[in-house]
Amino acid sequence: MAVQLDALPPVTPAERSTARPPRRYRLSRLDEKYSPYLYIAPFFLLFGVFGAYPLAYTFWVSLHDWDLLAAEHPFVGGENYTRLLADPDFWHSVVNTLGIFVLSTVPQLLAALWLASLLNRRLRARTTWRMAVLVPNVTSTAAVAIVFGVLFGRQFGMINWLLDLVGVDAIDWKSNRFASWVAISAMVDWRWTGYNALIFLAAMQAVPRDLYESAAIDGASRARQFWKITVPLLKPTIIFAVIVSTIGGLQLFTEPRMFHSGTNPIRGGPLRESQTMTMYMFENAFAPHYNFGYGSAVAWLLFALIAIVAAINVVILRRLGGTDGPPRVRRPRKERAR
Amino acid sequence: MNKLWSAGRLTYAALAVSALLSVFPIYWMFVVASRSSDAMGQIPPPVTPGGNLGANIARLFDNTDAYFLTGLINSAIVAVTVTVSVVFFSTLAGFAFAKLRFRGRSALLLVIIATMMIPTQLGVIPLYLLMTKLNWNDRLPAVIVPALVTGFGVFMMRQYASQAVSTELIEAARMDGCGTARIYWNVVLPALRPAAAVLGLLTFMTTWNDFLWPYAVLNDPENPTVQLSLRALSDGYYQDMSQVFTGTAIATLPLLLVFVLFGRQIIGGIMEGAVKA
Repeated sequence: MAVQLDALPPVTPAERSTARPPRRYRLSRLDEKYSPYLYIAPFFLLFGVFGAYPLAYTFWVSLHDWDLLAAEHPFVGGENYTRLLADPDFWHSVVNTLGIFVLSTVPQLLAALWLASLLNRRLRARTTWRMAVLVPNVTSTAAVAIVFGVLFGRQFGMINWLLDLVGVDAIDWKSNRFASWVAISAMVDWRWTGYNALIFLAAMQAVPRDLYESAAIDGASRARQFWKITVPLLKPTIIFAVIVSTIGGLQLFTEPRMFHSGTNPIRGGPLRESQTMTMYMFENAFAPHYNFGYGSAVAWLLFALIAIVAAINVVILRRLGGTDGPPRVRRPRKERAR
Repeated sequence: MNKLWSAGRLTYAALAVSALLSVFPIYWMFVVASRSSDAMGQIPPPVTPGGNLGANIARLFDNTDAYFLTGLINSAIVAVTVTVSVVFFSTLAGFAFAKLRFRGRSALLLVIIATMMIPTQLGVIPLYLLMTKLNWNDRLPAVIVPALVTGFGVFMMRQYASQAVSTELIEAARMDGCGTARIYWNVVLPALRPAAAVLGLLTFMTTWNDFLWPYAVLNDPENPTVQLSLRALSDGYYQDMSQVFTGTAIATLPLLLVFVLFGRQIIGGIMEGAVKA
């Protein structure tokens, strides 16, 4: 035991030196310490039951021969997955999903960049323009898919009528595979271009304007300024938008499902012209097949595909502009040092 | 002045075309909704409203395949309940994450962010099995309960609260003897109001618009949400398009109304969110 040699009084915590704290004070200590858990508990409880548990359970179900109407669900291991990998209809839906995804995401983001650069100019009635380009985003997806289904009708559709005016023959949008991809992509583009434009616009407004001033003095054209200053500086936002569009684009369901309403809706047309992976999951898990094991395996492969495509996107975008180098905003050294 | 910032005639022309493309399908939806069903076969297609809206609405609500009125009421119940709950729980949890100290705070926040990445599809099948066990299939709780709180909402409120709620004010309230619950109600919630409003609007619109999960779990045609009523209408054997379009127009109307009233806040919210992401 250490011997206290100096004459100073022993150090005691302040609260102990007084008498027992009043009840209210103790309660408030408890309150401060534990109430945060109470406040975040609803999320974790609900997510645990309706989010995390289903997630793990999907995997468990995917390892079984799980017919909804059967009493027994025998364990089959990876059989659902091996069957799926040899299933031409599954691969057909993968190709459809990727095709529609590329057709919708690429033009959408390019158009959004362009639209954002328009909105970033000094405009009269700024808010009106912004609202006009965002309005597609706040409509009902199912409703709009029905409307586009009619616009893209073969006989009386307005698109074919317009094409006819410029001398193009009527296109069978619903039963030509590539044409149906285009029609569905058009819906997705219509809905999301304005939304992405506003996200890009926000990032553009943070770009220091003197960068453009000096570029203009050096004789850089407007297009050159756009590609050499705006786009590189927007890279983080573009990556964000690409990832969000990837997650959304690969999960596409409502648009193609409603586009084909009436005839073979869940198959995406008579010959599965635009059946996406989510639709294939539904076809197997619910009516007509009720094969939950197989459907769950589709869900997991969809998840894997999303992860892979998102990773590829990030790698590609990192490379872009990596060598050609964005014009760095140089900060004074003092600020950069810690 | 740099040419980049001036908006010439070309800029306005391009914006006008974009705006027209954005608005036209919605406008045309209302045009067809207000005409008789032979409008669909006309060449050139009609682009001005007709006088048939009332008759179409009457036929729509009488249609025994769609249960449209039930759909509207159900959607209203679901969207309002979910919105109130998401806003309440998100502001509460966001406040805790932004302003209160507790063990495991950053790890738990990371979990919440991670949940935002999980696609809905992954949970549909087991969630369906769960709802069967709870005996909630074909009933509204199946749609409401899983949506009562979202990772996105918690994260959004946390981001906003960490800068909008002043720590001094919280300390001062504490000195005056406020418990954390009162601090939340009297200090934090008023400060969070603008962001909470945006979260509420976005939640309302997403919930009203939701299709995938209700489609999976509400199989009873007599108890649909409004989006499922639309599905029933458009899958019908005989398609009376003006009636279908009346349905799509009515189903879209609440969203457009919210947008017209609060468009400015929604735009602000989207642009805010992007800056911080």
